[in-house]
Amino acid sequence: MIEAQLPALQVIIPLFGAVLTALVRHDKASWGIALIVSLMMPVISFALLQQVLATETGIISYALGGWAPPLGIEYRIDLANAFILLLVSVMGALVMAYAPRSVTAEIGRDRASWFYTMYLLCLTGLLGIAITGDAFNIFVFLEVSSLATYVLIALGKDKRAVLSAYQYLIIGTIGATFYVIGIGLLYVMTGTLNLADIANRIGNIEQTRTVLAALAFLTVGISLKLALFPLHVWLPNAYAYAPSVATAFLASTATKVAVYLLLRIFFSVFGVALVFNTLPVSEILLTLSVAAMFGASIVAVFQSNVKRMLAYSSVAQIGYITLGIALANQTGLTGGIVHLFNHALIKGALFLSLGCLVYRMGIVKIEDMSGIGRRMPYTMAAFTVAGLSLIGVPGTVGFVSKWYLAQGAFENGLWWLVAAIMLSSLIAVVYIGRVIEVAYFRDVTAKPITPNRVPLEMLGVTWLLAAATIYFGIDTELTAGMASKAAEILLAGPK
Amino acid sequence: MNFLFDAFAHFNYFITIFLMVSGLYIVVARGNMVKKLVGLSLFQTSVYLLYISPGKILGGTPPIIAEGFKTYANPLPHVLILTAIVVGVATLALGLALVVRINEAFGTIEEDELFAGDLDE
Amino acid sequence: MTAEQLIYIMLLLPVLGAVGIAIVGRIENIQEAVTLATAVGLLVAVLALLEVVLAGGRPATGKFEIIQGVELYFAAEPLGMLFACVASSLWIINSIYSIGYMRGNNEPRQTSFYVCFAVAIAGAMGVSMAGNLFTLFLFYEILTLSTYPLVTHKGTDEARAGGRLYLLLLLGTSMALLLPAIIWTGVIAGTMDFVPGGILSGKISGVFVAVLLGLYMFGIGKAALMPVHFWLPAAMVAPTPVSALLHAVAVVKAGVFTVVKVIIYVFGYEFLASALDFNWLVYVAGFTIIAASLVALQQDNLKRRLAYSTVSQLSYVVMATAILAPISIMGAVLHIAAHAFGKITLFFAAGSIYTAAHKTEISQLNGIGRKMPWTMGAFAIAAISMIGLPPTAGFMSKWYMLMGAIQVEHYFAIGVIILSTLLNAGYFMPIVYNAFFKQPDSKKGKHDDHGEAPMPIVIALTATAIGTVLLFFFSGVPLELAQQVVGK
Repeated sequence: MIEAQLPALQVIIPLFGAVLTALVRHDKASWGIALIVSLMMPVISFALLQQVLATETGIISYALGGWAPPLGIEYRIDLANAFILLLVSVMGALVMAYAPRSVTAEIGRDRASWFYTMYLLCLTGLLGIAITGDAFNIFVFLEVSSLATYVLIALGKDKRAVLSAYQYLIIGTIGATFYVIGIGLLYVMTGTLNLADIANRIGNIEQTRTVLAALAFLTVGISLKLALFPLHVWLPNAYAYAPSVATAFLASTATKVAVYLLLRIFFSVFGVALVFNTLPVSEILLTLSVAAMFGASIVAVFQSNVKRMLAYSSVAQIGYITLGIALANQTGLTGGIVHLFNHALIKGALFLSLGCLVYRMGIVKIEDMSGIGRRMPYTMAAFTVAGLSLIGVPGTVGFVSKWYLAQGAFENGLWWLVAAIMLSSLIAVVYIGRVIEVAYFRDVTAKPITPNRVPLEMLGVTWLLAAATIYFGIDTELTAGMASKAAEILLAGPK
Repeated sequence: MNFLFDAFAHFNYFITIFLMVSGLYIVVARGNMVKKLVGLSLFQTSVYLLYISPGKILGGTPPIIAEGFKTYANPLPHVLILTAIVVGVATLALGLALVVRINEAFGTIEEDELFAGDLDE
Repeated sequence: MTAEQLIYIMLLLPVLGAVGIAIVGRIENIQEAVTLATAVGLLVAVLALLEVVLAGGRPATGKFEIIQGVELYFAAEPLGMLFACVASSLWIINSIYSIGYMRGNNEPRQTSFYVCFAVAIAGAMGVSMAGNLFTLFLFYEILTLSTYPLVTHKGTDEARAGGRLYLLLLLGTSMALLLPAIIWTGVIAGTMDFVPGGILSGKISGVFVAVLLGLYMFGIGKAALMPVHFWLPAAMVAPTPVSALLHAVAVVKAGVFTVVKVIIYVFGYEFLASALDFNWLVYVAGFTIIAASLVALQQDNLKRRLAYSTVSQLSYVVMATAILAPISIMGAVLHIAAHAFGKITLFFAAGSIYTAAHKTEISQLNGIGRKMPWTMGAFAIAAISMIGLPPTAGFMSKWYMLMGAIQVEHYFAIGVIILSTLLNAGYFMPIVYNAFFKQPDSKKGKHDDHGEAPMPIVIALTATAIGTVLLFFFSGVPLELAQQVVGK
């Protein structure tokens, strides 16, 4: 009985959890609630995944409140979003397990419960975007998660955190509003808000100016959320000044869900034929992706704030993901989707290890990390492993993504693109190598180090993620296999 | 001639576009943070108009079921816009709260003064 | 114990050794003991597998699929066995040497040194036993990454700069050139396995053959083909045991090994001979040989001269393989072993001189032969091997290379070999002469009262010098392996 209600529970439980933590002002209790909720999420997501794999059509449809679609709001889950749900909930659970001491240290005991409230709201929003099949519902969840994100960022220790939150608010709201404009135009033309229904009705009005304008608004709006170059301006500051836990969570989930949204709009609503064959979306996306891959990587090399450097690295990695989408063939799209997952693991591990460093030493700049490889060997080891994955050394997840992307590029005959993928990975060697060099091959810094060791849960989760970057680089059946099937489903188009 | 006639008939769309563009312009062109938020709200308001305008079905009555009426105006856009307005209000409130905090932390809410300082690091 | 299990042991043993060293870390004698024990165990396993391969067996492990179409598996074949034998036997000797050097110079962070060494050897074993291009690439990268900390070991600004160049150049060439070449091969050939006779026959033609060959040759940065050779002299900032490892045992040998493997087992030398319109590789390699020798002539720093000598000698292997004649390929294979023993001796000697006399420049070495007879004696033998005179191993490999070049009447190659032999004599012989027959400089330096280097160092370099001579007299096994490689 409860299995049938799982889709709704996936969203309702964190929502109520958020309310609960807002009422319970005690920091440890709030964390407890947040942890329990976060641990329930992967269970539900996994159950949903099993359900999707078990059904014949590969789609679960759940009518919220019993109101039948297309008039009622429908939660529609196929393999693509089941994958995303699993990713978001697992990352959320891991980050929550890591969180308590880091949050208390960076945000303070009196504000900690607000952090957990916002985190749960953000989780609600992200899961909601991934699970729903109604276009306006997506907007609602999008704004729920965005507003929560703005607050999460603003809670950072540095006073520039509020400024970054404000900047993100302005840009993010513009993005969401563009999305709403796009949906509005589509609604006017098709008369429905249900994504699947729009796909059905859009057939003969595809080429009208209104629908094309809708596609344009949707793309730009989602690209703002996705931090696609050149709409990425909010990201570096936001990631740099937010609390470490928030950065780790956001880096692994927020942009990924936005990518999923783009995939839905492109493939399941408008369809490959219109978007990639008729319109020059592929070329535009390709150019922007390559610009992101190179531009952002190069800027990352020159950063002195280590979180900022990783933020620019994220922009570059998002370029890889959109590259996979731009290729629009089976291998390329698989590469993009699998990199979605892999990058979440990698950046999660990197930011969490930075969180450990911040916890113990208040590290902000790369120079502060001088010689830290000897003082905090386990943390730096996790950072190194995740860094190698970022570079794409074979045997790590980064290599798997690059392999698929390169093959996808080969299949489309784009030789220069293969070279571009490899060369941009080289730039990653430079900025990761810089950190590793400073950490291991320089004299120990004069910066004072707190006597308490890094708490076990923080180190444990960091290491779990770092190890996952190697494990999923060797056993790729779960990730690449599912990504491949998801790509197949998406490329098949609207049903 | 035809164009003017169309323009007059569709004047709410022209207003929509005007609000949209001027809102965006204010966000981009003004350095004061509160003014930016005003621009943002303006931009969001244009969207409300964008939704509601096509909701009015020509010849339709207000959407309350009554004897003898077959054509009703579409109530759905109004519902959507209620949601959007709430979102807009929440965003504005959050934005203003952030501005208050920024003022506390930096002593100014003018962007050029802020960025002249030490933002990039 | 099946052959398959032996392969796994060869790979796992150095890794376990690394873990063991990391655990027993601080205790000085134990970590060296673990290293030596692991090295001996490795050699035993390698020799056991050698028997199987010599008899004609080609054991292979099961395939482990990583990505669709990309498998990880290992297969033993004669070329790999040669590399594995060289690497494992020299690891033991290098470890003995390291003990003496690290203690004699009081080097810091010895534990990480031995750990990285062990991991690097594991990488070399993986490269030697790789059954397909992906596996080779994986361990090739592991080798680069594990030797980077070794290069930067000293921790000085110079060491860091050298390490940076090393890492960037090697990772750069492998990621930007070698990986695309591998992907390209996989796409057109449908497989990435190593097969005698190659997998590309019929799948590629025209100018693409030359392009793909170029991607491979310049992508294999460890073979130090000009102009991707700059990492080699830059890596001289490392302590001498590392240089010995890099220039004789693991890194450069992995490079030329990969070159030969690709030419024979991916392209197939017969296919390449027919499909390659213009054999540019011989000319590039020949140019590298001569240019590097000329640069070596001008170096006063002993290790730098040896570094450029290495660049030159590696291109011997490349050029001999590029000639695509079976006999010269045999010479190339033999030279992998010959150069290993010779070069490691030379580096051992350089380190020995540094440890005992704290001298690094050749101009300071007048008369040092009298104070350090064993060191300079070994140096002399190794130098003779580099030049290619009997009764050293270098003579044998050069002989085969020359015969192969004559057989196909490749006059350029013949000329290069002869000219470079003279150049080799030009930059090695003066060192030996000055060491034995010149009077030491009259200025009294701080360390002029010194004798031979510590005992482990002397043992090591004597062992490898004798090995160079022994390889000449007991050349049966290398010759047999080389013959099996070219399939005669």
